[in-house]
Amino acid sequence: MKSRRIFLRDGGLALVSLGFAPSFLARTAAASAARQKLLIAIFQRGAVDGLNMVVPCGERAYYKSRPSIAVPRPGRADAALDLDGFFAFHPRLAPLKPIYDRGELAVIHACGSPDHTRSHFDAQDYMESGTPGVKSTDDGWLNRTLEARRVDKASPFRAVALAPTLPRSLQGTASALAIGQIAQFGVRDGRGGMGVGTSFEEQYAAAADRVLQAPGREAFDAIKLMKQVDPSQYRPAAGADYPRSAFGQALRQVAQLARSGVGLEIAFAETGNWDHHVNEGGTQGLLAARLDDFARGMGALVTDLGEQMRDTVILTMSEFGRTLAENGSRGTDHGHGNAMMAIGAGVKGGRVYGAWPGLERDQLFEGRDLQVTTDFRDVFAEVVTSHLGVGDPSGIFPGYAIRAENRRGFMGRS
Amino acid sequence: MPPIRSRLAHIATVLAALALAVHALSAASSSVPGSPDDATIVHVLNRLGFGPRPGDVERVRRMGLASWMDQQLRPERIADGAVDARVAGLATLRMTSQQIAQEYLKPLLEQRQQRGRDAASGEPDMDSRRKRPAEIGPVLQRRQELLQELVAQKVLRAVYSERQLQEVLTDFWFNHFNVFANKGFTRIYLTAYERDAIRPHVLGRFRDLLDATAKSPAMLLYLDNARSADPKFAEKAKSDLDRLQRAGRRRGGARQQGRETTPEMMEQVRQNIPTGINENYARELLELHTLGVDGGYTQQDIVNVARALTGWTIGRPRSAEAGQFWFNPRMHDTGDKVVLGQKITGGGIEDGERVLDLLARHPSTARFIATKLARRFVADEPPAALVDRAAATFRQTDGDLREVVRAIVTAPEFFASDTRRAKVKTPFEFVVSALRATEADVQNTLWLARTLQQLGMPLYLCQPPTGYKDTADAWVNSGALISRMNFAVELANGKASARAVAMALGSPEFQRR
Repeated sequence: MKSRRIFLRDGGLALVSLGFAPSFLARTAAASAARQKLLIAIFQRGAVDGLNMVVPCGERAYYKSRPSIAVPRPGRADAALDLDGFFAFHPRLAPLKPIYDRGELAVIHACGSPDHTRSHFDAQDYMESGTPGVKSTDDGWLNRTLEARRVDKASPFRAVALAPTLPRSLQGTASALAIGQIAQFGVRDGRGGMGVGTSFEEQYAAAADRVLQAPGREAFDAIKLMKQVDPSQYRPAAGADYPRSAFGQALRQVAQLARSGVGLEIAFAETGNWDHHVNEGGTQGLLAARLDDFARGMGALVTDLGEQMRDTVILTMSEFGRTLAENGSRGTDHGHGNAMMAIGAGVKGGRVYGAWPGLERDQLFEGRDLQVTTDFRDVFAEVVTSHLGVGDPSGIFPGYAIRAENRRGFMGRS
Repeated sequence: MPPIRSRLAHIATVLAALALAVHALSAASSSVPGSPDDATIVHVLNRLGFGPRPGDVERVRRMGLASWMDQQLRPERIADGAVDARVAGLATLRMTSQQIAQEYLKPLLEQRQQRGRDAASGEPDMDSRRKRPAEIGPVLQRRQELLQELVAQKVLRAVYSERQLQEVLTDFWFNHFNVFANKGFTRIYLTAYERDAIRPHVLGRFRDLLDATAKSPAMLLYLDNARSADPKFAEKAKSDLDRLQRAGRRRGGARQQGRETTPEMMEQVRQNIPTGINENYARELLELHTLGVDGGYTQQDIVNVARALTGWTIGRPRSAEAGQFWFNPRMHDTGDKVVLGQKITGGGIEDGERVLDLLARHPSTARFIATKLARRFVADEPPAALVDRAAATFRQTDGDLREVVRAIVTAPEFFASDTRRAKVKTPFEFVVSALRATEADVQNTLWLARTLQQLGMPLYLCQPPTGYKDTADAWVNSGALISRMNFAVELANGKASARAVAMALGSPEFQRR
């Protein structure tokens, strides 16, 4: 395995020897001395059942409310995996358990939005815009984070969503790429070999148009760099084994970009199909299958990134939680509080954070759902400040005061 | 269709003309030039329409630039048979929302009911395509068709309609009053929304446009006003429900219209009862549709606008107003309200009407709309003097949008040399102008829909109520440029002189209008 720094040296040399040295590469190389930080945001779309993902085994009410879909207490066969005597992982999160055990995975439970909506659409919108209750925000919190860390000669691969279109959280004025398949990134040659790529490049390089000239140059820099990286030849490190699912393959490409030293700061990947109104299941079933894919993908990503996890935080999110009680179809309905995870060598993991509100009837939100005791923006803000080094996050979370007392401390006390 | 050579020659002319434009124009003191050069005509075709087709410059010159522009402001006088023929096969365009619901929504609901799904949010389930068994496939596919036909007509009209200004403005006003096709059942109402609420009013009175959007089921759903009710209504509805349930139990085994009413279903009904005021629409109405964010209103104004609009909802299934605007007096907050300093004495539907009157005539609205239109037709940062004059026209004509647009596009600022090529095309403008410049015979609109998605502008799928941005910063980035070049190559593929066509369409010059 080639370390990122060696790649930069080799890759940089190779590019220079081709008579091509992208302007941002120098900056990336310089920045690597200060160790570039990476945030990987993972959205579980459809509202994952946080109570079956990170199970509050110590709650009687949990077992009482879920006669057919509760995950058995640790100790039994195929039961929950104990975290701290009260909480436990769903057994299909086994690939994440060693990461938790070595203190690099933190769970933040009873986390969510102050807005009461139970609409997927609105809740995802709010979580991605970072402004719950305000629909007219036209950019996303990750994009505002990029703006807050504005750099002169930004890498075109600064922010990449491994998705067909740019997610709401990355939309905004800072440049961000949506790439379905990085191996296909570039200007395609037309039928019969038009050979237009070079001509386009010359055209844009010569353009007097100041607005279009720079992004045009960046585009061709990026294409060349991607050719150098040669994504088709990628071999995951240390035997990291990604699921063949779309999510697994997206994470594989995140690792590829991260390890190739192209200046990645924020990556975004999403996983769907968490809306289990019917036959959710407990240890086995629909949710178990989704968690299996999720955890194997994340586990592989952590393995693949290896040493780079020192400068990486993986943050998972989902728009809201689900009802405490199972419904008449052995599923769960749209609820409120949920669990998020932060993974990284710099994370003070091995703990479940957040004030636990309890699951007895009078402790529930609207008498049915897990209450929210941590605003998701406080989780985002902690990562943005402690990990990405943004001094003042107020512009990223307009209308919300980030207070020290709301800091959960999973990134350590700053 | 002219031979490819002449089309290429045309593209070359257009681009050359654009390049020359910088010094070409004299400082015209007012209005439309009497004997315009090619570059001026191209400019007008780029701004009032989606760019020139081969032969358009000559056609406009023959007609006279001023007459052509005047005609564009009167689209009903322009014959448009070619585009009518192109969209004739798209059956859903002529259907009412009721018919669409019958054909596209009912099967979905029936299937869902069968599967006992929870619909507490009133939305289709996430990721349903992947997890549904085979039988649901065709139903969802039909739902896709609905959007596909809408996308097809939008592209076809933009490319082929002679009423270019009307198409530009329909795009502009839809975006101004944006709704998102994938929120809940908004899609069912989208066809009627564009056809009946937006298109007929784009050159009419702003108040009418505002009224049509405020009462459209698409908007009522998208911004939740359909669920906004006086909190007292919620209490009453819940106690009514309790009474019904008790009565049902007394009768033993509740049966309702031949279907069993399970406790889960009752719980669903209960959860769907509006719990109080929903401010979403009121907020966006002030911030995005009328006054603008700095238009001088307070949070209290938002609350009171929301209260005035309670009861503006959608008719229940099987009622006379099913699927249409319906004022439900039981949901309405009849108390007095103060909006923007004006007292509104509590009544019924007229409370909301008063609010719309106030907003449509407010000077902040005049300025906000004038600014947005000037941004579309002139520059990302439109000249202040022009905005002032357009806003004055808005006020003097009681929001006559035809006159506001006329004021902008006949202004000296519109014809000024630094206005030429000042705008970067949005992805939609880029794709449509490329199809026009190459006189493409558009058969596959699915491909174009996918292209627009890759370019970051999927049609009818802009999630926030802000709509898509109309400034260069939103659209100029390396990823988007690569996608534009790829579209240019794909469009040119298989054509004679494909390489030259691709190079022209993918060039920096062609990204501007």
